[in-house]
Amino acid sequence: MTPLSSQAKPLDAGWDIEQKQVLKALGRRQGIDQGFSWLALSAVIFSLFVLVVLLADVLIDGIPVLSWNFLTSFPSRKAETAGIVSALVGTIWVMVLVALVTFPIGVGAGIFLEEFVPDSWLARAIEINISNLAGVPSIIYGLLGLQVFVRILFPITQGRTVLAGALTLALLVLPIVIIATRESLRAIPGSLRQAGFALGATRWQVIRSHIFPLALPGILTGVILALSRAIGETAPLITIGALTYIPFLPELSLRGLQSPFTVLPIQIFNWVSRPQADFHALAAGAIIVLMVILLLMNATAIYLRNRFQK
Amino acid sequence: MTTNSLPPEPNNLWQPKRGLNKRVEQAIIWLFGLFALISVATTFGIVLSLLFETVEFFKDVPLWNFFTDRQWTPLFSNPQFGILVLLSATFLTSLIALLVAVPLGLLSAIYLSEYASPRLRKWLKPALEILAGVPTVVYGYFALLLVTPFLQIFIPQLGGFNALSAGIVMGIAITPLIASLSEDAIYAVPSALRDGSYALGLTKRETIFGVVLPAALSGIVASVILAVSRAVGETMIVALAAGQNPRLGLNPFVPVMTMTAYIVQVSLGDTPAGSIAFKSIFAVGMTLFLLTLVFNIISFWFVRKFRETYE
Repeated sequence: MTPLSSQAKPLDAGWDIEQKQVLKALGRRQGIDQGFSWLALSAVIFSLFVLVVLLADVLIDGIPVLSWNFLTSFPSRKAETAGIVSALVGTIWVMVLVALVTFPIGVGAGIFLEEFVPDSWLARAIEINISNLAGVPSIIYGLLGLQVFVRILFPITQGRTVLAGALTLALLVLPIVIIATRESLRAIPGSLRQAGFALGATRWQVIRSHIFPLALPGILTGVILALSRAIGETAPLITIGALTYIPFLPELSLRGLQSPFTVLPIQIFNWVSRPQADFHALAAGAIIVLMVILLLMNATAIYLRNRFQK
Repeated sequence: MTTNSLPPEPNNLWQPKRGLNKRVEQAIIWLFGLFALISVATTFGIVLSLLFETVEFFKDVPLWNFFTDRQWTPLFSNPQFGILVLLSATFLTSLIALLVAVPLGLLSAIYLSEYASPRLRKWLKPALEILAGVPTVVYGYFALLLVTPFLQIFIPQLGGFNALSAGIVMGIAITPLIASLSEDAIYAVPSALRDGSYALGLTKRETIFGVVLPAALSGIVASVILAVSRAVGETMIVALAAGQNPRLGLNPFVPVMTMTAYIVQVSLGDTPAGSIAFKSIFAVGMTLFLLTLVFNIISFWFVRKFRETYE
């Protein structure tokens, strides 16, 4: 195809043929283009279709077992009477503890790295370390928890307890909180800090009274995302030896921290791995409960992000 | 903080409490610095707790046998620990997952970044994020109770537990990771490059393949390597759907046991600390940790080395 060279010649039949060839080739190229755009679209549609099928399957199987009894009964060998109360309460216990541990530590670490030692070797080293930690499989955190929280810190945690599980998950999601904190602090204009310093406030006073309140919505979004990651984690808790059959609730006191526990994902895992279809339906019911909690948390995060986004 | 304009007696001069502020500031720096070091301590904690039991393990099982034995029989009276058995299963499920996730994720990323209108994009991205936020145990349920029976219609010899459906579902689970990271990389390619390509008469697809994707290559490859690392460490899907049979080979239709599934299996049983089975999960964990570490380092290195910067 050399339309340019032929253009120098006067219009003749040869030009006409070449133009036809070019147009034909162009038509083919555009056809391939069209096909490719449909292919790309179908990839997106397929992913969404899978999401819909997954939700529909779980809803069809799980809705029949959902009832007040299901939410308030203990697990049982008989599928008709089994429920998720100990898993639900365990999940709430663990989530509250993870939030209590990760919020101050993650936010403190984020503030330290972003406000007190920005652009230092320490901040860079910790940053590399954090992005490495984010790539470590969660089951490895379970092995860490088993060794450190269950065995070495046995006098504090009393073994495979709520406290050991929560601390393990807290370490797992800490990087998410730290990164979210740093990003929302970075988004605050430097002029605000300069104004505070100009009035004679110390760095901490400026952060406490001006920077932190402005960064809070972004930080809270990060904390909620971290919790929604923690709530679905199963592998690390299985590894530290959380039990599946818990026919009691942790005491509502400090001693409750040292109580054996189970959580929704472990209960789901246990029911799915049984051969009877009745237990599979129970698993689907528990999945619905878990997904509703997750959806509520994500909705809160999106609401916070939109409400305070400037 | 007011200042007196009249000349005051020196003793009555108001002094701000700088001392207290300084002490608070120091305390905060130390406390928050300590918090920041927890993430470093976590890394050391992981390495040390794995290393300690792994060393104990290799006192009982020679390193050479660990890498060359072709059996994984930890509960036999004469136990054999051939990590190749678990590695082959992990390789197999990860490979299937990538065969699903790379085309799906990349095409989705291209569609989102190059074809979708801004309004559509605003809806599609959160939908993909929901897919990424589904707990893996739910994907495990899906693999075992929906995909396996479905595939058995077409492949009658498929076992109730198998690497194929676990791998496919794992691929769907990591698709959003590839899609979202690649989309960031593709979206970051300056539009001047695209315009230049259009000016030369290339079509949209030719521009994407000839100009945009090569320019975003480092980000795309990094996202794929991170996905590999995720697939290798993925636990619940394979523990539920791939089975518990340590078996060397790459047959996707039979039950296999990945490294993560082995750790789960031992953790579910009541294995006393100090036994060889207990130590073995740390040795397997160490292998897994080093493997994912290598993938993460390659990914970082690739981004650094091949990143195209446009000023």
